[in-house]
Amino acid sequence: MRRSDLIIDLQQKATQIRMDLLKMIHAAKTGHTGGSLSNTDILTALYYHIMNIDPTNPKAPERDRFIASKGHAVESLWCILADRGFFPKEELATFSQFGTRLIGHPNNKVPGIEMNTGALGHGLSVSVGMALAAKRDNKSYRVFCLMGDGEQAEGSVWEAAMAGAHYKLDNLVAIIDRNRLQISGSTEDVMGLDPLDEKWRAFGWHVVEADGNDMVELVDVLSAVPGVSNKPTLILANTVKGKGVSFAEHSPKWHHHVPSDSELKLALAELSSKLLKLQQCKSGVQVHE
Amino acid sequence: MNKIANRQVVCDTLVQLAANDRDIMVLTSDSRGSAAMGPFVEAYEQQFVEVGIAEQNIVGISAGLAHSGKKPFVTSPACFLSMRSIEQIKVDVAYSNTNVKLIGISGGISYGALGMSHHSLQDIAVMRAIPGIAVLMPADRHETKAMIEALVNYEGGAYIRIGRNPVADVYESEHYPFEIGKAVTMREGNDLTIIASGETVRVALDGAEALAQEGLQCRVLNFHTIKPLDEAAIIAAARETGRIITVEEHSIHGGLGAAVAETVVQHCPVPISIIGLPDEPPIAGKTHEVFQHYGISVEGIRKAAHKLCQ
Repeated sequence: MRRSDLIIDLQQKATQIRMDLLKMIHAAKTGHTGGSLSNTDILTALYYHIMNIDPTNPKAPERDRFIASKGHAVESLWCILADRGFFPKEELATFSQFGTRLIGHPNNKVPGIEMNTGALGHGLSVSVGMALAAKRDNKSYRVFCLMGDGEQAEGSVWEAAMAGAHYKLDNLVAIIDRNRLQISGSTEDVMGLDPLDEKWRAFGWHVVEADGNDMVELVDVLSAVPGVSNKPTLILANTVKGKGVSFAEHSPKWHHHVPSDSELKLALAELSSKLLKLQQCKSGVQVHE
Repeated sequence: MNKIANRQVVCDTLVQLAANDRDIMVLTSDSRGSAAMGPFVEAYEQQFVEVGIAEQNIVGISAGLAHSGKKPFVTSPACFLSMRSIEQIKVDVAYSNTNVKLIGISGGISYGALGMSHHSLQDIAVMRAIPGIAVLMPADRHETKAMIEALVNYEGGAYIRIGRNPVADVYESEHYPFEIGKAVTMREGNDLTIIASGETVRVALDGAEALAQEGLQCRVLNFHTIKPLDEAAIIAAARETGRIITVEEHSIHGGLGAAVAETVVQHCPVPISIIGLPDEPPIAGKTHEVFQHYGISVEGIRKAAHKLCQ
């Protein structure tokens, strides 16, 4: 496949996932909309191109592991797992309903989910354990851990950061969904995090920065890991909270705002138009913005 | 008097078992000395992980190791392991069903003179409220060995509290029927039952002996497992002896006494006396001094027994 076609395929997939998750959240009347929209491109790159996973054998010993440490942005993950065939797509209709396994955080009763998360600051420690087990057993799988930026205020993140570097876990890739917003507002107002890149470098990690909503950059940086031997990699993915829905972008309100009927209609129209443009790009039609 | 501490037995047993099981791993939080894990570290470098002073991380890393097929044994001071990392225990071990064994060393008031920061007298209450965590406490070195051997083959999360100093034997050897979740009858009797766990089993046996001299025949039950709780043994004791004393190295709130009382009031209400540490920062001192002070002693058991029999 030509690289440009691959990128467009992934962009189309991400757009479709955004539409799916908005419909799911709207139907359930609950969900973390902003964060799921910001991490959709990262998850799409991982699940459709980067990670070695097999939906028909979700526990294959050599599979790459994904840990959603920012477990609250699970809606994009549910839509992607369903689309990849880990469970039937119809089940998305049960999201957050009584007795469902598709709850508001990752749940290991669902094929494709490794660990139950939801409490922030846990995922990286668990990922260190998985990566360490691979090293001790000479296995080649990699561990990808997605964290939020607000999550960086949890002290346990830094305990795990130390251990990842100490044990030279170059099979470990942490990604920060750096959308600069948390539930109370700007991350820098709530608890200043910058300079995050320097902090992670000082903790002994190989740090790469990328536009976390740009599929070209994401595919580039994720294809290049592990970037340095004997060091874990941290990808500082600069994203936009609410990405893809113009009126939800950069808005803390959309952290867990549920789109109204009219907002959903507008958002789907916007995303449909994006899908159409991507299709035209792929067919070689000149697109005039 | 026995000179071998239970923590040393934990290490020796794991050293033996690890020879034939490369998935057994030991993790310490700068606690290899206090856990007496030196020999394990020497023998199995590839099965050992030092995490530094980071109790949240040690539990999270262990959960990740267990998820990858390892059998991690965390050995970290009970006071920190049971409090600092309780959310990791709840989410990464219990909720995520990982096979992690949490060994709280120097538990209870082992660090008597170091103050309340170093006591673990709420650990049993917290652990037993978390679904999916077994809670155990060995009475002596023989039971420690039998317990660790059983736990290696037990799939699931467990918290084991171990004291710091050698304790008098209550068994002659480790060759007795040890089963997780099954209380051991240490002494027969039908006038009253004394239920104890961990290092207070010795105290309970001594108390029963003193009461026998006074004509009161006490049953003594060793609850080495507090969860899953052997409810049948408690109900039988209530029915057959009509009075129960519990003795524990734990707050009187939420521990063994509470577990026994919950069962008794629902199935066969009889008078119960709960002996343990009161709801206050404990007085400083060595274990036996603190035990004496709060009536975790032959005298304390005698008093409770006479009151119940009035």
